[in-house]
Amino acid sequence: MAVLEARNLTKRFGGIAAVSDMSLSVTEGEILGLIGPNGAGKTTMFDLLAGSVRPSSGSIHLMGAEITGQPAHQRLSAGMGRTFQIPRPFPELTLLENMLLARQAQTGERFWANFTSFARVAAEERAAKEKALSLLDLVALRRLADDPARVLSGGQRKLLELARVMMADPKVILLDEPAAGVNPALLEVLIARIREINASGVTFVLIEHNIDMVSRLCNRIVVMAQGALLFEGKPDEVSREPRVIEAYLGGAAA
Amino acid sequence: MIDLLGYGAFFLSTALIFGLIALGLNLQWGLTGLFNVGIAGFVAIGAYSSAILTSPDTPDRIGGFGWPIVAGWLAAALITAGAAAFTGYATLRLKADYLAITTFGVAVVVQLVALNAQGLTGGPFGVAFIPRPFASVQDQAVLFNFANLGVIAVVTLAAYLALERLSRSPWGRVLRALREDERAAIALGKSAQSYRIQAFAVGGAVMGLAGAVQAHFIGFIAPDNYLPTLTFQVWAMLMVGGSGSNRGALLGSIVVWAIWVGSGTVTASLVPQDWQARAASLQIVAIGVMLCLILLWRPQGFFGPRRRQ
Repeated sequence: MAVLEARNLTKRFGGIAAVSDMSLSVTEGEILGLIGPNGAGKTTMFDLLAGSVRPSSGSIHLMGAEITGQPAHQRLSAGMGRTFQIPRPFPELTLLENMLLARQAQTGERFWANFTSFARVAAEERAAKEKALSLLDLVALRRLADDPARVLSGGQRKLLELARVMMADPKVILLDEPAAGVNPALLEVLIARIREINASGVTFVLIEHNIDMVSRLCNRIVVMAQGALLFEGKPDEVSREPRVIEAYLGGAAA
Repeated sequence: MIDLLGYGAFFLSTALIFGLIALGLNLQWGLTGLFNVGIAGFVAIGAYSSAILTSPDTPDRIGGFGWPIVAGWLAAALITAGAAAFTGYATLRLKADYLAITTFGVAVVVQLVALNAQGLTGGPFGVAFIPRPFASVQDQAVLFNFANLGVIAVVTLAAYLALERLSRSPWGRVLRALREDERAAIALGKSAQSYRIQAFAVGGAVMGLAGAVQAHFIGFIAPDNYLPTLTFQVWAMLMVGGSGSNRGALLGSIVVWAIWVGSGTVTASLVPQDWQARAASLQIVAIGVMLCLILLWRPQGFFGPRRRQ
């Protein structure tokens, strides 16, 4: 069953189509790789799926429901979370606060509730805190829970973003280049965590340049070039496909 | 001695009213990062709202509603919250300096309306005979001053406690997240637009309340009270006290107001009579110098959270 589906998505910036007529179907429980040379439109594709950019045409469905026009801030509670290519922790907030912010439908985030429903707000905070600490434990950041997020290294930030989005119990997570700038030891932690989370039933779409990581994690890879679908297949098919090689090497191998 | 006590109470009352305004600004700037340079406008809206609703009927001006003072204050907070929410809505797409210049424009417009809409605001003559709390003991200056200080202190304390609660709440956490990274906050399911408008409204309500309290404390308001100098003073207070800290907003207000009044007294006694008007600008110089010193010596202010530079 397709948990996330994009149909004929096109995004034009002025005269340039960053994404053109791109369709994508993500099956429940899989880790789908999305690769392509720089400028292929991968991140724009993510922005379209996540709602931070409106498509010029086409539609997006999440678990069968159309979400094409839904504002970006409603998509996490609808079941789809994302991380950013360059991680975006809230630098002056503690790791714990970063985590708590990702919990959805919190009573205490409504203004009046802080004066009218003390008990409920406090109980929800306690529960969220517990979940946050156990997720921080999972990515080996628990001992930094009360430090501001700006102290984290690039790799730790990627881990924090992954843990943070997990706070919302999403069905689908869009990961934009999780391996970029992460040292090899931390990368193994990251891969292991993605596998674990996936095994618990969460679907992933993964943009990545690290082919080794993509081949290890994904059963299916979609290749984009110049904003459009170029090829789709298993990792070994992708690495043998002449069109893919040509796209990456700019025709030098042909 | 008694005079000095009375003056102390008067001084502290004025400073705490500034503190109340600075608390409102701290929610907008310190917590949410909204660059509001239209403070004077929101204070004016609060002051005029309460003054018009409570002052006696006057020919040539709308009035004579005869509301009790407390009702006037509540109405002032609500009306200013509405005006601030509207400002927030209209400026949703503006950030940083663009937001600053626009809010500044809003304050100028409000001041010009106060100056020219005679039928509503009394124009340049302002609104007089605004009922003062404890007017019955007005003859006993010390008692009157202390009673007023008591009321103002209670209002300020209530606002302080409410804002402390809010800034530590999940609601306040969302505001801080917006200050740090709006796009990430949106990706985490927060409606940046809704929270921005809320921050404008709540901060505006506090500023409007302060304006109303001040109007009733003095008993008379005029458009000249709400010039950009007021905005500048409150910003200086928050910077000195430490933006992000409610305690800092209050302490900064007392310190800056002391320097403002003190430098005024000093120049008044040292400068010859016919230079007095010009020497008054030295007050602004004194505040400016102090701001520079604070920024050099302790950039986060007295109580501000330490940030990476």
